[in-house]
Amino acid sequence: MSQTIDTGAPAEEAVPAKKKPALSEGKRAERRLGWLLCAPAAIVMIAVTGWPIIYSVWLSLQRYDLRFPDERQFVGLSNYAAVLSDKYWWTAFGITSLITVVSVVIELVLGMMLALVMHRTLVGRGLVRTVSLIPYGIVTVVAAFSWFYAWNTDTGYLTALFGAEAPLTEQIPSLLIIILAEVWKTTPFMALLLMAGLALVPDDLLKAASMDGASAWQRFTKVIIPVMKPAILVALLFRTLDAFRIFDNIFVLTKGANNTSSVSMQTYNNLIKGLNLGIGSTMSVLIFLAVAIIAFIFIKLFGAAAPGNDSAGRR
Amino acid sequence: MTDTGTHADTRTGPDTVVATGGGRVSTGTARKVRWGIVDIVIVVYALIPVLWTLSLSFKTPEAQTDKKFFPSEWTWQNYKDIFTTNEFVRALINSIGIALISTLIAVVLGTMAAYAIARLDFPGKQALVGVSLLIAMFPQVSLVSPLFEMERNLGLFDTWAGLILPYITFALPLAIYTLSAFFREIPWELEKAAKMDGATPAQAFRRVIAPLAAPGVFTTAILVFIFCWNDFLFAISLTSTTASRTVPAALSFFTGASQFEAPTGTISAAAVVITIPIIFFVLFFQRRIVAGLTSGAVKG
Repeated sequence: MSQTIDTGAPAEEAVPAKKKPALSEGKRAERRLGWLLCAPAAIVMIAVTGWPIIYSVWLSLQRYDLRFPDERQFVGLSNYAAVLSDKYWWTAFGITSLITVVSVVIELVLGMMLALVMHRTLVGRGLVRTVSLIPYGIVTVVAAFSWFYAWNTDTGYLTALFGAEAPLTEQIPSLLIIILAEVWKTTPFMALLLMAGLALVPDDLLKAASMDGASAWQRFTKVIIPVMKPAILVALLFRTLDAFRIFDNIFVLTKGANNTSSVSMQTYNNLIKGLNLGIGSTMSVLIFLAVAIIAFIFIKLFGAAAPGNDSAGRR
Repeated sequence: MTDTGTHADTRTGPDTVVATGGGRVSTGTARKVRWGIVDIVIVVYALIPVLWTLSLSFKTPEAQTDKKFFPSEWTWQNYKDIFTTNEFVRALINSIGIALISTLIAVVLGTMAAYAIARLDFPGKQALVGVSLLIAMFPQVSLVSPLFEMERNLGLFDTWAGLILPYITFALPLAIYTLSAFFREIPWELEKAAKMDGATPAQAFRRVIAPLAAPGVFTTAILVFIFCWNDFLFAISLTSTTASRTVPAALSFFTGASQFEAPTGTISAAAVVITIPIIFFVLFFQRRIVAGLTSGAVKG
């Protein structure tokens, strides 16, 4: 790796140096150090994401089934045609979107409430924060198994409690349980992101609003929410993209049975179970595009509040 | 929510409430009780699935299906069972080894990059921040297909390295964001001051900067470790044997003691074992984890 840095950095450096000959020695040393320090991280990140995604596009244009490797051939866009005309793909896409929207909305509401509690509770603040971190930190699969055994017909105390028959064998109850598992796990993370925004709301502003006769609800909607808007958008963006790639919970809870599969499950099934690399890669590319579109829409909404814009924060 | 906002002067937090909230002393206790109830609801919410898994792990095979929340008879048998199988012990070693190595590498690379981002001025800095942000949003499943094929060709499939690589990659944005937020808070002038007082650069770093930076680095290491420890998608897609399968992936391959027995107890016991480090981190480093997650989010 050190070799790559040695050859990479000076070559890049030569270009700006020619444009601005007035660059001092110290400034140039600073640049060189900056590049040297960032190069390993940048190389790893790009090598493990950039190149595979390009390779994925290449694989998606081929018929490539590992059970029949001899029949590998370039087929253009026909994999895309096959996936995009597949009923199961669109069902999975619809289910994924549904789970994403419903769970993110619930998480936002619950997360906001939890954030307010963590920020303001008079008693046991440390306790609340500590236990809230358990769902955040726990391994998703572990939590998923807990919900699975809670709703399972043989072992489930919740099935018994709610008098349900076999909730994990029907589509709608299964989806509700998947959403429950998802919401339970990620609400605290949402709450922490929101709490960070809540800490930025100036107390003076709230006091002034209250002196002017604003009710608690008015203070919440007219003062707290506008100030927190950037934090809310960041939290929503990260959670939406995260929820869209839902896999672990569905894998454990239903294995995608009864039309509860997500796009990630579909990709996994085609790739690892079906060993169809062509179709699997096509789905990979499509999910990548879907996520890029969601991110683009959110970043349009952000404007200057995008977290990449850090120039203001520099000393 | 409306309950809590009835007094204007409660806005500033617990300390000032005590001082200025004396307007209606009688409501103080009532409010504390209300908050106490809210707290209990949250504690129950957070703990129920954990307690349920714990309960299942201590139930005897016959009691697994009694649908009672607490075991009537406690047994260590499930734990004995998993620790005598190569399947679990090997997976636990894989999980620990892979998570530790990934954390170490990601934190070292992340520290270097975050230092540069926080302190140095160089072209391309914004691009690096942008790339990290993109990778933080990157759908991991999109990498599963190409990595599956590439790792098979490179001989990395089903090896530790095959998992460590994607883990480092997806941990780096987290590490860079959290660390650069921490590094911006460090009073770097102290380094200069120490040098003026006659310290060598190495001394200034060791005595002044390293102690200030250490908490941030440590916090980041915890967050990165939790991330790697948690992964399931890569673990199940890029492994095929016990050579590198981590515990989350191994759980779904568990079988009961006999083929007529569901592996409920053993899965739950294994689940409890891999939750122990998480509980440990949460109990001892709650403040740091909260600071790490929130600082990265707002100032990133």
